[in-house]
Amino acid sequence: MRREVPLIITSIAGLVFAISFFIPLLGDAQNRFSDWVSIVQSFAVWLGLLNLTKVSLEKITRKREGWQYAILTVVSLVIMLAIGMFDGFSGLAQDPPVSYREPGTNFDWMFRYVYTPLTSTMFAMLAFFVASASYRAFRARNFEATLLLVAGFFVMGGRVPLFDLLIRWFTDYPLFNQFADWIMTYPNTAGQRAIMIGIALGIMSSSLRIILGIERSHVGGQ
Amino acid sequence: MKRPPQKTTRRIVLLALLAIAAFALAVPAQTTDPSEPVADTLLPDTSAITPSQAPAPVPSVTVKDNPNDNGGAIRITWELSPADTAGGLVAGYNVYRADSETGEFRPVADAPSGTAFATDNRVENGKDYYYKVTAYSQYIDAGEDKVQVQSSGQVYGPVQASWQVFNMDRLICLILVLTVSGSIIHFIRKARRGGAIYVRKIGGIDAVEEAVGRATEMGKKIFYIPGIQDMNDVQTIAGIAILGRVAEKAAEYETWLEVPVSKSLVMVTARETMKEAYAKMGRPDNFQENQVHYLTDDQFGYAAAIDGMVVREKPATIFYMGAFFAESLILAETGNAAGAIQIAGTAMPSQLPFFIAACDFTLIGEELFAASAYLSGEPRQLGSLKGQDVGKAIFLILIIVGIIFATLNIYDLSPYIKVGQ
Amino acid sequence: MASTIATILLILVGVSLLYIAYRTITGRPVERRIVFIYIALAVALPLFMTLPAPVQVTPDVERLYDALEELRPGSKVLVSFDYDPPSAPELQPMAVAFMKYAFKHDLRVIVMGLWPQGPQLANLAIEEAMADQEIAAKNLEYGVDYVNLGFQSGNEFVIQAMGTQFKRMFPQDDRRIPYDSIPLMANVTNFSNVDFVFNLSSGKPGTIEWVQIAVDRFGATMGAGNTAVQAPQVYPYLRAKQLHGLLGGMSGAAEFEKIVEEPGDGTTFILSQMFAHAIVILFVIIGNAAFFTERRKQE
Repeated sequence: MRREVPLIITSIAGLVFAISFFIPLLGDAQNRFSDWVSIVQSFAVWLGLLNLTKVSLEKITRKREGWQYAILTVVSLVIMLAIGMFDGFSGLAQDPPVSYREPGTNFDWMFRYVYTPLTSTMFAMLAFFVASASYRAFRARNFEATLLLVAGFFVMGGRVPLFDLLIRWFTDYPLFNQFADWIMTYPNTAGQRAIMIGIALGIMSSSLRIILGIERSHVGGQ
Repeated sequence: MKRPPQKTTRRIVLLALLAIAAFALAVPAQTTDPSEPVADTLLPDTSAITPSQAPAPVPSVTVKDNPNDNGGAIRITWELSPADTAGGLVAGYNVYRADSETGEFRPVADAPSGTAFATDNRVENGKDYYYKVTAYSQYIDAGEDKVQVQSSGQVYGPVQASWQVFNMDRLICLILVLTVSGSIIHFIRKARRGGAIYVRKIGGIDAVEEAVGRATEMGKKIFYIPGIQDMNDVQTIAGIAILGRVAEKAAEYETWLEVPVSKSLVMVTARETMKEAYAKMGRPDNFQENQVHYLTDDQFGYAAAIDGMVVREKPATIFYMGAFFAESLILAETGNAAGAIQIAGTAMPSQLPFFIAACDFTLIGEELFAASAYLSGEPRQLGSLKGQDVGKAIFLILIIVGIIFATLNIYDLSPYIKVGQ
Repeated sequence: MASTIATILLILVGVSLLYIAYRTITGRPVERRIVFIYIALAVALPLFMTLPAPVQVTPDVERLYDALEELRPGSKVLVSFDYDPPSAPELQPMAVAFMKYAFKHDLRVIVMGLWPQGPQLANLAIEEAMADQEIAAKNLEYGVDYVNLGFQSGNEFVIQAMGTQFKRMFPQDDRRIPYDSIPLMANVTNFSNVDFVFNLSSGKPGTIEWVQIAVDRFGATMGAGNTAVQAPQVYPYLRAKQLHGLLGGMSGAAEFEKIVEEPGDGTTFILSQMFAHAIVILFVIIGNAAFFTERRKQE
């Protein structure tokens, strides 16, 4: 029973979404389901928040490995939440009301000067990892790998004005830029399309298995 | 014959759910009341109309029901005012609506210059409406003030909005969907009847057992990362399905499997899946809820947290199965540096090169979706893969025919597969 | 002065790379931390240099520009900010240049976000655009010339619901002003009432979802700006004309800044990216040289 209900909900919602693509009248029903999704997702945030707090507090009280980091997690969580709530409520009292996200609020300050640099740092690490992964793994082992290497070489040098700057002594024509654009427009698009068609069919087949209730591992079934 | 009680309850639940679906269908979603007052619009002040300076009116207007929708909309198209030229007098158009030919016309839509259509989305089905389109000017000096003036407009109508049963623009799409779905269902049924289904070997999946075994030998943990998307992404569902199989192996070998997630709903689902897997292997007591835990919804916060865990705890094996974005390489490179054996699977084409460079095995695109069917070994699931191949063959033929037609300039097929409205 | 020091350091970096090449070929590859130092230098040093990068505008950026040029003053443009601060270095320059272009050409801008931090980044971009003298002189009014509808949870389902009615998803804007009281939104019910959609995206929900729902289902006209990592995936939509132009990564930002004549961060940062690419290319060459030497030895 615990499994049947979610399976039936999945089937009905899946069918409504699929059919409404062809039958405009069902658009309203689809919108209603969309509303429900938004509501459920909003509430689900609390689930995660409570779990994070619980796991972190457990770690701290039992002094498990890395418990100091858990303190940081909890403290950051409380500070950000408190500032957001303070700004939110005090903003409501103003006339006209001010959102906690407006420029000039404490929350906005935290967003600009704490959150933004922290997450940007993580993303920036990608540049370092791309370089180290290329150095280690990007080898012309066989014909396909060589092709990939050559394409990568020209795209990397052509998308930025690097190679064209080097040939400036000979010509002003953006030869490498054009070639990189050609690689992106034709071979890349062709490859992407092939993968996308395969994926789309995979999604269709997976979705059908889910709608028909054959695939049920996502509801805890085998 | 008495029906088993379980079946009866099942039917009751099914009926209740159907009732909910019917409710969703029957009660119209919140729509704007057409009669509700419209806010101060961007309409120019027409009090100072000086007809001599007004732009020439639009020569003709066509009003008709907006096609292929569920009603509530009327499409208004017009011929541009002769004064509507680039940098000319016309600044835009106003569309007015009334319930009768002589009734009060109220503004319902506007369009910038050079645009010859607008849609009025606030009408009721089956009711007569009349429309008037005026062209309004740029700001003109009128003594001390600058004013905008607008042309006169003729009344057009009546017109009614209505809903359509079927979106004819999508007929070809429907035929393709039905053909592919039909072939998938056909092969599922065939497999159920016991037909032989051959599925090629997928290297990454065969390595799952070895990877779990390695963690057991080393006495270290296994990390399973189900991507950064929520349960509404099919890739996440595929990832969770594979988690079920990995959890079975982990339960069998009694190895600690940890699943840090970035979405609350994924946490709940992954927990259920693992609980079932442990129960199936006869070790329900070995499963602990904190094996699956939430970190953060934030993409790079999540990547940072996992990187920290990998560096500190040095797991023997890491699985990445689901939807990944720019964090893919940040995770995989850290795992690689920590010496873990890594198996990845994603249908995000732009992340595949990163996983291929940094992981030991990678399931590419559709292999991710095939993996859970493959691992289950269940004929019905394997049958669906075969049906999928038929779909692929159809697309291949269509592409080849399209290429031949286009190259030899025989016939342009593209209008039949319409994109957009 | 800083520029000269930076140039000298870059030359030193080049020379030391030769030593790394020698080490790698002789079977002693360097640790990844050394590679990291080189990338850090390649990114940081150009920021102190004044070398002009000859940016070449590619056809995809030109297409976006052409589509924007077709919009007459007063056209309504919906801009969805579907990214968060990590991707801001690539996408924010596009956002700022777009806002400047839109305001200077009297386009009316409706801003929203499917990512929680999107609308805040939009505020930053608007703030920066407003600092431009020409735009400041226009005295643009919130709610009339531009509006920020804010964030709505629900990912692609938000786009789906907006297909029927924007108001369903945004009953009030980011400043809590009711939808019906916003003059700019008076005649905007759904996608059929906006003239162009521009999406800045770094993942999901993003450009692909906008194309699949807003364009394919509801007939919107759309252009996009994507992070470099995601751009290749969007190319098929460009060829099929579901997308009217694409800005890909930092180079896309620099090209867009060039074509709309609003030089900004994109133009500055492209130099860093250029040197970083050069370093990666050199390391790939070194790695392969070592690989071939080793293979020859084995043979």
